[in-house]
Amino acid sequence: MKGFRIDDRKDQERKKHMIYLDNAATTKCAPEAVEAMLPYLGEKYGNASSIYALGSESRKAVSNARRVIAESLNCTPQEIYFTTGGSEADNWALIATAEANEKKGKHIITTAIEHHAILHTCDYLAGRGFEITYLPVNEDGIISLEELKKAIRPDTILISVMTANNEIGSIQPIKEVGEIAKEHNILFHTDAVQAYGHIPIDVEDMHIDLLSASGHKLNGPKGVGFLYIRNTVKIGSFIHGGAQERGRRAGTENVPGIVGFGAAAELAMKNMEANQKKETELRDYLIGQLEANFPNSKLNGSRSNRLPNNVNFSFPFIEGESLLIMLDMKGICASSGSACTSGSLDPSHVLLAIGLRHEMAHGSLRLTLSHENTKEEMDTVVRELKVIVDRLQAMSPLYEDFIKNNPDGKFDWRTYHVQ
Amino acid sequence: MYSEKVMDHFTNPRNMGEIENASGVGTVGNARCGDIMRIYLDIDDNQIIRDCKFKTFGCGAAVATSSMATELVKGKTIQEALQVTNKAVMEALDGLPPVKVHCSLLAEEAVHAALWDYAEKNGITIDGLKKPKNDIHEDDPE
Repeated sequence: MKGFRIDDRKDQERKKHMIYLDNAATTKCAPEAVEAMLPYLGEKYGNASSIYALGSESRKAVSNARRVIAESLNCTPQEIYFTTGGSEADNWALIATAEANEKKGKHIITTAIEHHAILHTCDYLAGRGFEITYLPVNEDGIISLEELKKAIRPDTILISVMTANNEIGSIQPIKEVGEIAKEHNILFHTDAVQAYGHIPIDVEDMHIDLLSASGHKLNGPKGVGFLYIRNTVKIGSFIHGGAQERGRRAGTENVPGIVGFGAAAELAMKNMEANQKKETELRDYLIGQLEANFPNSKLNGSRSNRLPNNVNFSFPFIEGESLLIMLDMKGICASSGSACTSGSLDPSHVLLAIGLRHEMAHGSLRLTLSHENTKEEMDTVVRELKVIVDRLQAMSPLYEDFIKNNPDGKFDWRTYHVQ
Repeated sequence: MYSEKVMDHFTNPRNMGEIENASGVGTVGNARCGDIMRIYLDIDDNQIIRDCKFKTFGCGAAVATSSMATELVKGKTIQEALQVTNKAVMEALDGLPPVKVHCSLLAEEAVHAALWDYAEKNGITIDGLKKPKNDIHEDDPE
């Protein structure tokens, strides 16, 4: 017990000074969202499908959230279908579109850098006779519209291109992709999980037919997301059962979750411009400081065409998980694309797709900011990183070999590889 | 995720560094999987491992298993060192998460690679020592 208490105290101490830089993984639920949800976790527990007053109170709350979200995307409330999150929305969009259009064709175009919710769903469809084209990306992590046009075939039924990448923050030319899809009469889905509530999205202007989003990436609660389905798109249900969500997504509505999501979306839209400005400034400050302090490091992703809150660097000779554990000891929460953190033996498919060798991809560090972070926190992170990177380099046989073979210490990530 | 012992060996690694003019050096692993371990041995005329150091590029478990492996072979005879298996390393660390078991295999293999290098340099054969594979993932039991 004694040991437990000490651990507890250490934990509390760590949390007090914690610097949270993993907002692409999840965000803190906004107090406004928590407050909006509380009544629906307590006294307002009615089922939104029930006829009596307690039920209609829930129904109204869900409608209100749906309206707020529809306004944020420039669509109608009837086009928003709540789900359990981004993964369900992605699965639904791809599988239901594939099934509904199977007679027209069995070809789907997506990108090499999609989230696994898309990639693994594509694997599933490939196993059922669909053909998938994975568009490559350039060094900045952006697709080529020419390649997209070339990939289109008479039997192409769907183009799915993420709005912004979760690892390197690269923002895709969504409007142009939408125009190309429309021109060819192909459905266009975008996984906007990282982008929604952070950068402006207009489904009309961008010709988006289907869009996935998730509540907890914009200071809303976990366990709730939505799929936008343009009213002209005919796709079937994914979860079968009751008549909820206009008969297209069965299951009793997650009323508190939906209400919290609505509140978070409202807040995100209201503060988008201010947050974007603040985060971009902080992001560029952190990038500048990291480049100045780590001359061998490499910024992954586009310098300008990236999410306001995303910073992703590779540090040669060192491995990401070690880096994350040491940062955690200093109360800094971050993530990496190394194999050990991806739970497989291969590092991030996104980093490999932008041309990094395995040795550079393993040493990646993703820092994703929020509007609550400060410049002082960025300085602390750079200072702590300096100590940690030095220490891990001193421990690394790769650094030892590099110094022996390159006495001038000049490093080029393009040519560097382990013998 | 990691035991206290693993965390201890990761944060305070024992015998980290190089040995100049080492009797044997072994490097195993590959950049693809993200773990590379190098073990240096200083072996005296009585075939006792006087000193052992390591350098590792890899995750927390990779660092901890290398550190523990050096502790376990230091002061041992070559034959005793050969008995230091990945299981012994894991047990000494109070276990590893299943996905990290390959790190302990890498540590065992790195010691064997360093012993192989010593044997080659001295033109001797060590009973029971097989030519080490430099990529243990080839026959990863996972």
